[in-house]
Amino acid sequence: MKRIIFIALFLSLMTISSISINAQCKNFARKICMLELVPYVHDGMYNAAVLQEGDAVELFKTFYSGQEYRIAICGADELPKVQFQVLDKDRNVLYDNKNNDYARVWDFSMQSSQQLVISIQVQTTDDLSDNIPTGCVAFLIGFMNKEDSFDQF
Amino acid sequence: MKINFKVLTVVASITMATFLFSCSSDKKDDGNKGANNEIDTTEQNDDLMNSMNQAKQVFYSLPSPIETAMLIKRAGAKYDESLLNPTTNAPNYMGNKSMALNLGIYSADLSFASLFDQTQTSIKYMSASKTLADNIGILNAISPEIMERLESNINQKDSIIDIISETFMNSNSFLKENDRAEIAAMILVGGWIEGLYIATQIAKMTDSAEELIDRIIDQRLSLGTLIGLLEQYSEDSKDIASVYEELLKLKEIFDKIEVTTSKIEPVTDPVTKVTTLKATEEKAPLDPVVFKALCKTVADYRNGIVK
Repeated sequence: MKRIIFIALFLSLMTISSISINAQCKNFARKICMLELVPYVHDGMYNAAVLQEGDAVELFKTFYSGQEYRIAICGADELPKVQFQVLDKDRNVLYDNKNNDYARVWDFSMQSSQQLVISIQVQTTDDLSDNIPTGCVAFLIGFMNKEDSFDQF
Repeated sequence: MKINFKVLTVVASITMATFLFSCSSDKKDDGNKGANNEIDTTEQNDDLMNSMNQAKQVFYSLPSPIETAMLIKRAGAKYDESLLNPTTNAPNYMGNKSMALNLGIYSADLSFASLFDQTQTSIKYMSASKTLADNIGILNAISPEIMERLESNINQKDSIIDIISETFMNSNSFLKENDRAEIAAMILVGGWIEGLYIATQIAKMTDSAEELIDRIIDQRLSLGTLIGLLEQYSEDSKDIASVYEELLKLKEIFDKIEVTTSKIEPVTDPVTKVTTLKATEEKAPLDPVVFKALCKTVADYRNGIVK
């Protein structure tokens, strides 16, 4: 019986902790990651997840020709570095932030409209401790507020 | 130790409740994974969807109304208020489906009015959006404080765009966190269909609208994403199933438009560090019959939502 109570309490605490992390994730996306988008305008879409080392996420989005975009991928401090790659429809790598010291942002423009994949992975560490680092990763997209007509490439 | 049965019951209940809550919150990720195998879109999207199978978690970032409005404006569209859904219709919308779709429509109208410096109209549409958001139960997506900020920054377009973006983020995150992702999806469908409606109506009335028509054709890509998103809920929700059927009708028309793109080559400017993803695109001339069918299908669906 004692064991049952212990397990029940432990699981309750774990779950409540997880809910709390989700709420923190929203604040992290808003208060930390949104700032990385400046001077681009956030597109208003909330994308964030609580991840641990080794976890992967993919984000699919259409990017339009003639527009300038910024991708901001932010990992919480407690997580190892976060790698992100931008892939085309055939999964060719167009950008890899690993080649740029795991930069949080990438600015680009499109010559033709395309649907791209942003592949995000939390790196693993050599740390052998039992505590697996867990934290929020926010992935936000901004576009440049330009209202003049499209430049011709 | 003597076990107090009541304490044990309470602890067990809390555990069960928190677990149930946790499981339902996670459902959206499972749903997304499930959608990976079910998406039926253009050839380009098929390739993408195959690649989804390898992912652990998949997110779709759909076009926001403000981005769509900006694309329409940059393509040379002129402002025409008669194309917007009158705010006086707001109290008529009952039920989650109608309210969610029309909230999306008002969001698009709000974005469109704001980008064309229609300040009083923007306030009217923000207020109508607030009414629907409140009725759907999206807490504080558009708070009184946001309304005040909008009114006090009414002549600063950049601030208004930021405020609109913030309200999207508020409603989007609230619905996702509260396991109401299907409502969020319907709001996005409403915003997307209104953007397409405005663009097609303006293109129809304009002699030289090549740029705008290009933007309309581009929407085939976002339509594929929307269909994929809705598929995961269509079996469980009649509301979503009916929206899904309407989008399939649009897909049939978009599939008649031939577009091919070359392989993308990233080229980075050494000074600005900005990368251009270069790729050429070939579009067959748009058949007027196809364009007419597209305009009609979009208008019929949109007018059915707002009536």
